[in-house]
Amino acid sequence: MAEQDKTSRRGFLAAAAAGSVLAASGAHAQGAGARAADKAITELPDWSKYLGDGVADRPYGKPSKFEAHVVRRDVEWLTASRQSSVNFTPLHELDGIITPSGLCFERHHGGIAEIDPRQYRLMINGLVDKELVFTIEDLKRFPRINRVHFLECAANSGMEWRGSQLNGCQFTHGMVHNVMYTGVPLKHLLNEAGVRTNARWVMAEGADSSGMNRSIPLAKALDDCIVAFRMNGEMLRPEQGYPVRLVVPGWEGNMWVKWLRRLEVTDMAHLAREETSKYTDLMADGRSRRFTFVMDCKSVVTNPSPQAPLLAKGQNVLSGLAWSGRGTIRRVDVTLDGGRNWREARIDGPVLNQSLTRFYVDFDWQGQEMMIQSRAHDSTGYVQPTKDELRKVRGVNNIYHNNGIQTWLVRSNGETENVEIA
Amino acid sequence: MAAVALGLLPLAAAAQQQAARPATTAAATAAPKPFGLGRPALAEEVKAWDIDVLPDGRGLPVGKGNAKDGEALYITNCAACHGEFGEGVARWPVLSGGLGSLKNDRPEKTIGSFWPATSTLFDYIRRAMPYGNAQSLTPDEIYAISAYILHMNDVIKDPEKELNQSNFAQIELPNAKGFYDDDREVTEKHFWNRKVCMKDCAKEPAKVTGRAMVLDVTPDSASRPRVE
Repeated sequence: MAEQDKTSRRGFLAAAAAGSVLAASGAHAQGAGARAADKAITELPDWSKYLGDGVADRPYGKPSKFEAHVVRRDVEWLTASRQSSVNFTPLHELDGIITPSGLCFERHHGGIAEIDPRQYRLMINGLVDKELVFTIEDLKRFPRINRVHFLECAANSGMEWRGSQLNGCQFTHGMVHNVMYTGVPLKHLLNEAGVRTNARWVMAEGADSSGMNRSIPLAKALDDCIVAFRMNGEMLRPEQGYPVRLVVPGWEGNMWVKWLRRLEVTDMAHLAREETSKYTDLMADGRSRRFTFVMDCKSVVTNPSPQAPLLAKGQNVLSGLAWSGRGTIRRVDVTLDGGRNWREARIDGPVLNQSLTRFYVDFDWQGQEMMIQSRAHDSTGYVQPTKDELRKVRGVNNIYHNNGIQTWLVRSNGETENVEIA
Repeated sequence: MAAVALGLLPLAAAAQQQAARPATTAAATAAPKPFGLGRPALAEEVKAWDIDVLPDGRGLPVGKGNAKDGEALYITNCAACHGEFGEGVARWPVLSGGLGSLKNDRPEKTIGSFWPATSTLFDYIRRAMPYGNAQSLTPDEIYAISAYILHMNDVIKDPEKELNQSNFAQIELPNAKGFYDDDREVTEKHFWNRKVCMKDCAKEPAKVTGRAMVLDVTPDSASRPRVE
């Protein structure tokens, strides 16, 4: 079934391309009688005649079968094992600012832990007055908050440091998602245990088979971190840390420990494997930046993009996402001619702190080749740099924190490619 | 912090001034009196879960091992992925070699060439290895395997040198001083508050200098939408 849908979708795209792109212009240019009547209108389809599924058939709703191609995808050659690997959010198939729970990219280091919530425990130990254990029901008795935040893997766009490599914003930028979390401020839990005066860090540890552990500065833990159990209203999905994960707003995704089982308050950072061997940024001089927690301001045009070519001349909508770990998005500039001329994009939808923000440019396309870029500005005055500007400071062996400006080349037939330009 | 030096607002103040910051009443966010939730953790419960090791060695369990004993344990538990000499099989992590390669075009980041602290080695093996059978090794086995890995990296010369809870964290790794704290707000200050050009920003049209299609390593590229 899925394969059939995929085939018919390809057929549709090919037909659309042949029909509209190569035609002189839009529908208005066609004279009356130039085409046969549309059978989608003149022939009554089955869904207009016969009864469909009833209310008992879909107790937990899923997307239409015609959307079966909208899925997370992975890059098989990238990692040694699929239990310690990553897949990517299909950004080019989404709109608005919220990522549907089932499309949020996954990054696991030891596969998905399937935790029975009745067996779930959260422990706080270390430099506290009282070492404590909480159940899920205990957590739900604390005052709750709701926050929309992006989670971006520090290695998002990491394959592109040396140049264009992957064709599709799903692969170049898809290690980001944006979700409304419901949970408890971490500071409430720490306050319950009583943090000692010599405390400086909080180590968060997962219950999965990698025992993921990261050190979080105490100031951040007491500021805005959330011990979350819901995403987009429902309980966390298993692959996103069910039943409890840490939310570390604006900071790299690896710190948002999933399947959270323990918080240890300490006087020093752990120098855990994931904050030394990984998630440190090797510079050209052979030294490495560490504790580069904040995600820099970044943006990407999601449509058009290599997986979402332009299909028709005339009026078109360019769409994209911008975000910053330091605050809100203040403005996004877009160029269609490789940076000679820019215009300010139209931001639509909520503009939230440390959240994805949606932008649009409504434009007329007459089949000219375009080099599309977007450039985001955040509320601290940071302006998204070009990839070359980043390389000048950080070299090409950084792996992490590539927030450079992306270029899509749109050819005269609408086909779109990941390129670099100068 | 660097933020102050730059004249940027501290984190908390910056967050508060966001107009779109969701409204929250003080009751939900102010540091309150304890709610009396949760229960005290028993000593044996803390002991069961408290498996981490700090850089100064706190958390290391009592035990001992040397590289000579570690070799057979390494071959049994680790070599299938990491290779007999720590060279790495397929795309599994390389554990040894690479010393002095960090400035190279293709640096080799291993325990010997890159990791800053031995505590990390113990902490990580203890919680996550062997892959797929985590937390199955005894402290003595972890000391022995760690000694063997450090021996492969020439950090330990004597294969019979005993490592234990007292000396393990004192062993210095070659790249211990190769790290410095995030300095982006200083060294990348020029990315802030700059004027951007909006019109006629270049004399010549931009030229394509690199293309993803040259490599074409994108999955599923044959079945994606094509326009002819």
